[in-house]
Amino acid sequence: MTDQRSQAEIVRQSLKRRYRKERRFRAYGILAIAIALSALVILFADIIGKGYSGFVKTTVTLDVQLDGEMMYIDDATDERQLKMADFVEPLIQALMKEIPGATEEDRDAVRDLINPYASVTLRDALQANPDWLGTTQTMTFLTHTDVDVYVKHGDDDAYSIKLTEEQQAWVDRLLEQGLIDTSFNDVFFSNGDSRDPSKAGVLGAIVGSLLTMFVTLVLSFPIGVAAAIYLEEFAPQNKFTDFIEVNINNLAAVPSIIFGLLGLAVFINLFGMPRSVPVVGGLVLTLMTLPTIIISSRAAIKSVPPSIREAAEGIGASKMQVVLHHVLPLAMPGMLTGSIIGMAQALGETAPLLLIGMVAFIVDVPDGFFDSATVLPVQVFLWAGSPELAFIERASAAIMVLLAFLISMNALAIWLRKRLERRW
Amino acid sequence: MQASTLLLLTFVLAVVAYGLGYSRSRALAMPLGGIRHLKSLPFYYGARAALWCIIPGLLVLGMWAAFQDKVIQMLVIGSLPAELVPDTQGRASLLLSKISNVASGALPPGFVEPPVAEAAERLKALRQQSQVYMTALVISVSVLAGFLGWLRIRPRLNARAQVEAILKWLFFACAALAILTTMGIIFSVAFETFRFFGKISFVEFFFGTNWSPQTALRADQVAAEGAFGMIPLFTGTLLISLIAMVVAVPVGLLSAIYLSEYANKRVRSTVKPLLEMLAGIPTVVYGFFAALTVAPFISDFAASLGIEASSQSALAAGSVMGIMIIPFVSSLSDDVINAVPQTLRDGSLALGATQSETMKKVIFPAALPGIMGGILLAVSRAIGETMIVVMAAGLAANLTANPLETVTTVTVQIVTLLTGDQEFDSAKTLAAFALGAMLFLATLLLNVIALKIVRKYREQYD
Repeated sequence: MTDQRSQAEIVRQSLKRRYRKERRFRAYGILAIAIALSALVILFADIIGKGYSGFVKTTVTLDVQLDGEMMYIDDATDERQLKMADFVEPLIQALMKEIPGATEEDRDAVRDLINPYASVTLRDALQANPDWLGTTQTMTFLTHTDVDVYVKHGDDDAYSIKLTEEQQAWVDRLLEQGLIDTSFNDVFFSNGDSRDPSKAGVLGAIVGSLLTMFVTLVLSFPIGVAAAIYLEEFAPQNKFTDFIEVNINNLAAVPSIIFGLLGLAVFINLFGMPRSVPVVGGLVLTLMTLPTIIISSRAAIKSVPPSIREAAEGIGASKMQVVLHHVLPLAMPGMLTGSIIGMAQALGETAPLLLIGMVAFIVDVPDGFFDSATVLPVQVFLWAGSPELAFIERASAAIMVLLAFLISMNALAIWLRKRLERRW
Repeated sequence: MQASTLLLLTFVLAVVAYGLGYSRSRALAMPLGGIRHLKSLPFYYGARAALWCIIPGLLVLGMWAAFQDKVIQMLVIGSLPAELVPDTQGRASLLLSKISNVASGALPPGFVEPPVAEAAERLKALRQQSQVYMTALVISVSVLAGFLGWLRIRPRLNARAQVEAILKWLFFACAALAILTTMGIIFSVAFETFRFFGKISFVEFFFGTNWSPQTALRADQVAAEGAFGMIPLFTGTLLISLIAMVVAVPVGLLSAIYLSEYANKRVRSTVKPLLEMLAGIPTVVYGFFAALTVAPFISDFAASLGIEASSQSALAAGSVMGIMIIPFVSSLSDDVINAVPQTLRDGSLALGATQSETMKKVIFPAALPGIMGGILLAVSRAIGETMIVVMAAGLAANLTANPLETVTTVTVQIVTLLTGDQEFDSAKTLAAFALGAMLFLATLLLNVIALKIVRKYREQYD
């Protein structure tokens, strides 16, 4: 009897320690989740913190006197004269007027406040309105990237301010007067890449991504669904079918860069297709996403209850009619969801596209499937590699655009699943 | 006509063939007393005609589009005067790009030798010819095949069976594409790898401890031969993967345990999607984060402790990669833990064990093989991961185990060797394919083993 009591005693005594262990174990779990979630939060905060200013542009509003004599032009409808004319001088003069105390010696310093492309803007404006010659117009131009950096990050030590003290004083004054101002960066959404950060935009990359995704979707969805139908409904139970399945499962786990090697060796070197074009990118991403789409489509087909099949067969439908008329429509929501998720993966994919040459510096917005293009993640990669902090800001902003696309695609997939999925 | 327009046209032709086949079957059925005297519904006669029309057309179009550039290039090179015919593949591609630049107008013809300008003219002419031939051939094949299909429509013809058979074959072809892809990978990688080993010895590649693939631009240059020892790449890859695993396995596993054993339904349904979000973030974003935030932080932090750390340390790339892999580990372990039968759990709890004791002493040992399989899959993902290391790890192939130093990985080298213009037969580019082959084999092996373990484990409890 005494022995038993002492055993119960031992258990009771150890309980405290065991409960402490229990609590500690639970705390480890919470800690792990906290680490994972804080990584997510830090990642997002970091990118938003670095990139929100990418959506802001700095402009300067000037009263530009379009003096024909100063610009060496007497007829604004003459193409040749427009080409030869000096469009920088009126800008400098206009800005000099706003800066009291700026002398002729400061000309270069004043010029360096205006974006190098501002003269092109002015030329295009004059070309569009030839009667402006000789008048004074109030126009808004982009500032130089250095001014942009100073206005947005003047008090941030991470950024190196390239303006001189004098220039900084001018910019401060112009800011107070409201001549230099910040606004929503529409340039970022209407331009391709550029060597000048203030002119660089994501439109080219977005269009490139859309073209590539279009090719991927058009190829991978039908092929993936067809393959899934074959494997689920028609494939005989034999070695060959097993072999196909093993292949699909392995391809799903092959590193994406290997698909880039395949694309380089087969599409570019064997078939002689051009580099850096959306078609080749789309083909490579198709091969990469197919396993994902096949696997999710098979799961969708499997979830259709056998009673549907049996009912259709019972009233005399052929096997193909059962599948195409009954199983496929019912499995469609699941297939669509899986495909959207696969497409989201493909949209964020970078490595294989680097190998097929989609990393070129491309200024123009691509206008076709065979036009050199880049895609959003590659654009992020290109800008992230730049030593200029202004480009890093653009890269973060481009990441936000990319994440916005991905989040909306995933939200669409979730919505589709909630909306269309049936429980049997 | 452009290939893409032609593609659209073939589809239009198929639609026309469908309409014609449909109406012909109805017309044939009319005198017999309505479509119930047809063997199949008119729809199938139409579909059959459309398939007859479109399949040969698309096949011809696909083959032509795939091979036309290669054939034209060969014809152009072949027609060059003897002294200009390039002797190496590298020169050939250089000359070809020159010719095509002249042809596209990017390079004025006056800037190049007259034969090259002539070749550019020929290239242009051949391209135009090719397009004309392709258009004519595709349209005539489609129309002819569609016509034949249309002609053979009879009331007794079992169009449905034929259409279904064709569809089944199409479905089969789509499924078999997976095999084709695997073969494509194996052949494209293997072929170049064999050529690589023709230049660089087996022993040097596998056992060399020096990696610097600078091949000489001129033949007489000093250090004309690069060094191709893959050991530093291999250890670099392992070091970064190891760091990633050190981050991902405990965090992933413990959060999976907490979510499956302790968390209530509400917590689970909010935390799980958030964790999965980590898996949905593109790797280039992680690379950006690693290179521009984590790496400077680590090197500053180390400097404040008086330790020297590289600005591209293995630790930065590895830890961010670990974060990326957390959801992968946690969802796989979640599956495995949930697959352990409830009876084991109940038995342990009934004996008076606490929840954590049940977890540690009963469920975890039972789930261990499955968890190991999941970890192997995660390792294979870590060694194949590219963007994080391309952006955050360095290029210098150091043979070191110090996580604060710069190391390089197999994937980084593949990207570095293959981006930009390259000659296709230099040891440098071939080395990239050899590395690709090693990567493919390593990940394949890991996956096969892991899947086997996971499957075996699943069978145990099913």
